[in-house]
Amino acid sequence: MEGDSKFKAAARRQFLFDTAKVACGVGMLGLAVGLYAKQAKALPPTAIRPPGARAEPEFLGACIRCGMCMRDCPYHILDLARAGQDIATGTPYFTARSGPCEMCEDIPCVKTCPTGALDHKLTDINKSRMGLAVLVDHETCLNFLGLRCDVCYRVCPLIDKAITLEQQHNPRGKHAMFIPTVHSDQCTGCGKCEHACVLETAAIRVLPRHLAQGARGRHYQLGWEEQKKAGKPLIEDIIDLPDRMPESPK
Amino acid sequence: MRHDIGAEAVRAKGWLRAHQWLLARRASQFAVVALFLAGPWLGYWIVKGNLNYSFTLGVLPLADPYVLLQSIVAGHRPERNALIGAAIILIAYFLVGGRAYCAWACPVNVVTDAAHWLRARLGVRGGARLSHATRYWILAMTLALALITGTIAWELVNPVSMLHRGIIFGIGAGWLIIVTVFLLDLFVAERAWCGHLCPVGAFYSVVGKFSPLRVSAVRREQCNDCADCYAVCPEPLVIRPALKGADHGIGPVILSPNCTNCGRCIDVCSKDVFAFATRFSNRGEPQANDQRPATRPAEVSVQLS
Repeated sequence: MEGDSKFKAAARRQFLFDTAKVACGVGMLGLAVGLYAKQAKALPPTAIRPPGARAEPEFLGACIRCGMCMRDCPYHILDLARAGQDIATGTPYFTARSGPCEMCEDIPCVKTCPTGALDHKLTDINKSRMGLAVLVDHETCLNFLGLRCDVCYRVCPLIDKAITLEQQHNPRGKHAMFIPTVHSDQCTGCGKCEHACVLETAAIRVLPRHLAQGARGRHYQLGWEEQKKAGKPLIEDIIDLPDRMPESPK
Repeated sequence: MRHDIGAEAVRAKGWLRAHQWLLARRASQFAVVALFLAGPWLGYWIVKGNLNYSFTLGVLPLADPYVLLQSIVAGHRPERNALIGAAIILIAYFLVGGRAYCAWACPVNVVTDAAHWLRARLGVRGGARLSHATRYWILAMTLALALITGTIAWELVNPVSMLHRGIIFGIGAGWLIIVTVFLLDLFVAERAWCGHLCPVGAFYSVVGKFSPLRVSAVRREQCNDCADCYAVCPEPLVIRPALKGADHGIGPVILSPNCTNCGRCIDVCSKDVFAFATRFSNRGEPQANDQRPATRPAEVSVQLS
């Protein structure tokens, strides 16, 4: 009997040690993959997801890396990230400077996505928000020199909506400046402007929206807009003095 | 003198019949890659995508249920096509034996079989002792990672999808992972990846737990104890209960879900002991169907010695 209980105790110890061995080994592997997965959430700013892509952490839980979007893109702009790249392995992306989204009206990449990592609710390509174009470098942009390059403005699929040219005085004294100005409520982030920029390195670039945009505090109100909304002055009995304007030269 | 595995079967049945399931399997594995390459290489778009999800002839969606499960655990609700595709795959592999995926479709099988062949040629022996259950731990770990990170974390390193996607779309540095698997199987432990570690295989073991299509030692009384079947089997533990269980009232059907239905044991047996059959053709005592009572005492005695 004593031998039997000894045998049982030895078997139990062996079982516990074996279990601990496997659990620790697998735990270490899990830790390594988990930390790698955490880093893989940081998408490089130059890698742009296809239209309709969900926000990055959510996208990485939804995309099963099948490459169907890449296959159905008629312009072959999409690529699947390979191991060793900064982008999560197997996920689709494009680079605006080398090949921007051509904004297909039927959005085949979204339609073919089996999981909805590219949201099937996106049916109007003009409503896609792949990123936001930003004129990042005022010093090299030719329009800032008073030249009429205008290329980014001309190629914009939403010309005069997503990019407008705003006239400004040129302190150099000659040639008014026509500043390409991006409007965030219209820009899809297709990247055509960045692709077309004539400079050696593009002065206008598509950035992820969270990098490109600031945000006012929600308490912040613009008096003139509030006044317009209310239809009357917000504070009663303010005397509106006449504006004194410099006399125009005769 | 080293016993030449399978030589007896070749003498008895001829080379072709002694390799028929192996050839069929290599043809199947080759076809799984070739069909996907026909599009990008030759312009014949029979099937698009990869093993994680594919779309065949514009009608048939197929999705890997394991990847989809991770996506769901990560908190995503997939669209219809992925769900239909996963359901088709689940039903198909349930019918033909869950791990038929490993033997007949998975591209890594070719890598690990090559490592096993070289291991035998070089006479590499011993190595790390891994539990065959480690894969289930890894399976649980990958699902836990999906839950914790909210992403399909295992897909960052999964050699199975990495190799298939890599062949079709470009592999990058992923070949390092494939080489690692090869070296693991060659030097670290016999059949280390497919037989002990791979969570994809573990998942398909679960899918095929009650699969109707099984290998059976139908003529086990003919067995001449040459042990060639054990030598070629990627999961040698699954054979013994069915082959040697007659005295314990165990039926001849290999019921272990770890059996990959590769059919190599059928090829290599000069006495034609094995054949594909259904699990319902098990003639053993119904209460002793389980493999465990037969193997457990033997395992314990080994540990004590």
